[in-house]
Amino acid sequence: MVELIPIKSIKDIPFDENLFPGTPACAGCGGLLALRHCLKVLGKDIVIVNAAGCFTLLSIYPFTPFKNSWLYTAMACAPAGAQGIRDALDILIKKGKLDPKEDLKVVVLTGDGAAYDIGLASTSGAINRNLDFYYICYDNEAYGNTGFQWSGATPLASKTGTTQPGRLSPSGAEFFKKDLFEIWRSHKPPYLATISPSHPVDLHNKFKKAEQYKGPKLFINLSPCPPGWATEPSHSTILAKLAVDTGIWALKEAIYGDIKHTHIQKKFKSIEEYLKEQGRFTHLFKPQRQESVINKIQERVNKYWHSVQEYTK
Amino acid sequence: MREMLTGNAAAAWGVRLANVDYIPAFPVTPQTEIIETLSKWINDGVMDAKFVTMDSEHSMITAAGAASATGARVFTATSSQGLVYGFEMLYTIAGWRVPLVMINVSRGLSSPITLEPDHNDILATRDTGFIQIHCEVCQEVMDSILIAYRLAEDERILLPVLVNMDGFHLSFTREPVELPIIEQVRKFLPAYKPNHAFFKASQPMAQGVAVLGGYAYSYFKYQMHLASKKAIEVYREVSEEFAELFGRTYNTVETYMADDAECLLIMTNSFTTMGKAAIERARARNIKAGLLRLRLVRPFPEADIIRFVKRAKAVAVLDQNISIGKGGIIYSDVASTLYNEKEKPVLLSFISGLGGKNISIEEFEFIFDSLVKAVDKGEISPPQLLYTEAELIEINRLKNIVGKEKHYKFESGD
Repeated sequence: MVELIPIKSIKDIPFDENLFPGTPACAGCGGLLALRHCLKVLGKDIVIVNAAGCFTLLSIYPFTPFKNSWLYTAMACAPAGAQGIRDALDILIKKGKLDPKEDLKVVVLTGDGAAYDIGLASTSGAINRNLDFYYICYDNEAYGNTGFQWSGATPLASKTGTTQPGRLSPSGAEFFKKDLFEIWRSHKPPYLATISPSHPVDLHNKFKKAEQYKGPKLFINLSPCPPGWATEPSHSTILAKLAVDTGIWALKEAIYGDIKHTHIQKKFKSIEEYLKEQGRFTHLFKPQRQESVINKIQERVNKYWHSVQEYTK
Repeated sequence: MREMLTGNAAAAWGVRLANVDYIPAFPVTPQTEIIETLSKWINDGVMDAKFVTMDSEHSMITAAGAASATGARVFTATSSQGLVYGFEMLYTIAGWRVPLVMINVSRGLSSPITLEPDHNDILATRDTGFIQIHCEVCQEVMDSILIAYRLAEDERILLPVLVNMDGFHLSFTREPVELPIIEQVRKFLPAYKPNHAFFKASQPMAQGVAVLGGYAYSYFKYQMHLASKKAIEVYREVSEEFAELFGRTYNTVETYMADDAECLLIMTNSFTTMGKAAIERARARNIKAGLLRLRLVRPFPEADIIRFVKRAKAVAVLDQNISIGKGGIIYSDVASTLYNEKEKPVLLSFISGLGGKNISIEEFEFIFDSLVKAVDKGEISPPQLLYTEAELIEINRLKNIVGKEKHYKFESGD
């Protein structure tokens, strides 16, 4: 394996763009911010396999913002589409029907609804079959394209279209966010990481590292979503950074299942700083402060970091 | 070379002869023998293709379509529940305009869950855009796969194809099948060279993209419909070429003693063989009976149907499917085909053979008696759900076991 020299600064990120502006994505889309960086590392010789979600609207006939190829499948089955493309490219090259120079990297691109819920089985199948592909999940913690409803990725207490705080149920979403990282990690894929648009250097180095492995290379990006989170579009990167600084979004990677945290804070900010910034959590602060719910979220974060070796030692 | 093959084995041979590149699979009774056979051939090195077992039929059909969109020649197979589990992807892949060929081995849909055939599974997919070829015998299954790739890959069509055969009655029945010489097959079906749908680095392409607005959506749907209609003409060309090379003729519809038939029976798939025997019995009773079997079901071969049906005085459609709350699906299609014809026969509807229910000699007799009555006396019977007394006795016996139908007295000797 070649020695990897990680980049140190944002200045080392390539200038070349593979995702062009002018998409119909919302202003301040945290998913798009990250995707731009992902594609800088992946290059243009890729085919993106997309599942139903916000990013389905990136390619609308006859336009596409990508330099690369694209296939929209359906909501549950982008990894299965990736399997078909990867296998077809392999067999066509093997049979001499396709020049190896024409080969492409296969990249699944889905939101959290597809990744955490409806497409979980097809993803599990693809990882288990050791499919050589990338998976980028832009996780905005709800079904965003339908107007922000609860998904398996929605965190405790988030207000969504289907978890609206009311008289009988004042706290919003009643379940903790599903731990997709751990579900995926249980398959022991060669490479798995969380990323954030606020940490492009970390993102860049993770994709570079992933490149060395054949098999599933999986990424979950916490994607601030101004319309859903009820935040300022210009604050998306700040929010993404706050998620890391408060410890609610841990930047980490797992190689064949072995976890390493790539960003350790000496001291975490209080979770309140992150929650207060977002309209989806305002009901926790007014008209009455819901102390127990806020504590529950903070305790969950504390508990997580106390289980992290690099942090506790 | 002639071999005794099941319908499933004949299907596998068709795939092997077609030099298919890729087979994503998922087991479901009664098609599993097809994928087991192909998997073994690939593992033994007698077939150069890639095989993968997917996590569901939904994933399987997606992988098949995506590989087809990449430029490979792809095959997959399913049945019944599997077909409807992957249903949304049939629409999706047809819209991609990729030349996937797929087999459905018909089996009644749950619930109640069962194993034996009827055609609600395949007919549920009739509006998806897939071309549909329905088979009566094992030889036809193998031949239809070769014909299917020619149709699907034809630049004038570029639609996926579903080849249908009945579970058990065809899938597990051994019949003599003539295996063609490979050079002849290559002549008929050359290697697939994708000119429209492919993925390669030198020529990036966005496939399956969204449209905004009904005008754009309608345009692409109309394109599919026109391509499917065009497929009738292409089908004739291809089947003529097939007949020249292999000596077997497959028209869009197959007729049996239909030339002078006053009473015409319309059927599909393997039970047609029973229908043909019934025609001979009816002829022995001096009924001018004949049969028309639909082979091409989508596109619907309207002109060919009209041509034969117009000669008859009374026509019966025997549907092995049921659109709950309406009736026979093929009946509706045939009725709408004939509606604007100035001279047309009376058209009767019968349903039988659901979930593999036998179509008895009595049922066929009842159909022909109804047709004769319609011709002689002008008596038009309403749509009939056929069921024999013996079957009623048997179901009542089962109901009796679970304590229902207490009034029913089980008679000794039954």
